[in-house]
Amino acid sequence: MRLAILILLGIAASGAASDPKAPFAPAASAERPAGERLDVPAPPFSEGIFPCSNCHASMPVNRTRRTLTDMHTDIVLKHDEAHRWCLDCHDATNRDFLHLASGERVAFTESYLLCGQCHGEKLRDWRAGVHGRRTGNWNGTKGYLLCVHCHSPHQPRFRALAPLPAPARPARPGD
Amino acid sequence: METDGKTTKPTRRMFASQAAALAAGWVLTACGPKRLYEAPRAQLKKAIEDMERQYRERLGVNVSVSDAPPIPGVEFAYALDLSRCIGCRRCVYACVKENNQSRDPQIQWIKVLSMEKDKGIDFSAADPYYAPAEVPEEGHFYVPVQCQQCRNSPCTKVCPTGATWTEKDGIVVIDYDWCIGCRYCMAACPYGARHFNWAEPEIPKAEINPNTHYLGNRPRPKGVVEKCTFCIQRTRAGRYPACVEICPVGTRKFGNLLDKDSEIRYIIEHKRVLVLKEELNTAPRFFYFYAT
Repeated sequence: MRLAILILLGIAASGAASDPKAPFAPAASAERPAGERLDVPAPPFSEGIFPCSNCHASMPVNRTRRTLTDMHTDIVLKHDEAHRWCLDCHDATNRDFLHLASGERVAFTESYLLCGQCHGEKLRDWRAGVHGRRTGNWNGTKGYLLCVHCHSPHQPRFRALAPLPAPARPARPGD
Repeated sequence: METDGKTTKPTRRMFASQAAALAAGWVLTACGPKRLYEAPRAQLKKAIEDMERQYRERLGVNVSVSDAPPIPGVEFAYALDLSRCIGCRRCVYACVKENNQSRDPQIQWIKVLSMEKDKGIDFSAADPYYAPAEVPEEGHFYVPVQCQQCRNSPCTKVCPTGATWTEKDGIVVIDYDWCIGCRYCMAACPYGARHFNWAEPEIPKAEINPNTHYLGNRPRPKGVVEKCTFCIQRTRAGRYPACVEICPVGTRKFGNLLDKDSEIRYIIEHKRVLVLKEELNTAPRFFYFYAT
């Protein structure tokens, strides 16, 4: 009996020890785009901004959280700005990439993986074709967009639009 | 009649039966069934050639009319996310353009209703004429309404001529050549989804969409009823309806109800789904849902 408990404990301990590493690799590779569904257009960069390494390659990395004054002053962060700043999503060692909370690097073309860390249910719906705009064929290749095509990553709230004209009121006799 | 080289007078019975057979043959061939619903394939082809020729002569545009039949194993359904629609009316005008709706007098198959969040879905307090500088307005939500493609459709039941029916893929269609313009279907529809051509429809020549379907967006004459057909000319070719593609917030979803991997099935299985005026038992194929 005692032996059995010891063996069980041993199995549990070894399982726990190997766990932290195990889920990472397969989960990350399984999330990589496969097939037509995640064929997304290139991210909507501002003109001339990418690749970031064009400027950043020659600059020292300053990891101190601060308000930017020389460049990128047009970016106003309204996306949980109390808790976050540039380098929480942008990778400092390779400027042409983003990174997940785990530190794993993610290309700009796969930025939905980054968004999905917090907005998991939106990513799930988006994969199923339910969140976001669909174009193309209902029974063939569906057109997907990246999160950032509709939501600015820095100010993700959807902007208000001017509505198209209201319908004409029906004419009544005597009008 | 000749028997043994002799001629005999036809009897009354022979005359009557042969005349009846001739009449029946004439009815079945020459003036046979004209409703597109029951027209045989060859006759349909010919009717469509006639339509194309008439459009060319009348409108001066090369309109191509498709006769694509329903795809086997497909039943279309639509879902609209009430938590996302911002009431921008992009769908209304994309639909007008795609489906050759009259600009003057104005016909719009989609009507976007502005409703107050405090009141919920309340048609008596809905406003289709809202016109603020920007949408969405504070305290409002929007309910676009178009043909709900009901399984138990009141409109097809009341048609006295059989000019409107449900296709095998679930689309309720109208035969514009068989419609007599009595507007019973408009009175029967609880969603206000059917529209009548009170005058000759006017569309600028340059804006006519030449890709049409014989049961859908081909140009209509004065005096007939028309309605949303889920863009039959697009969806039977595998594409999304025009309103789905234009929607800037991705509120509109479309797919095959019989395909368990379709968006529609995902929505019905995972989201809070409702239909308009459920109590009328019209059983729409048009669902509204809340994604969040």
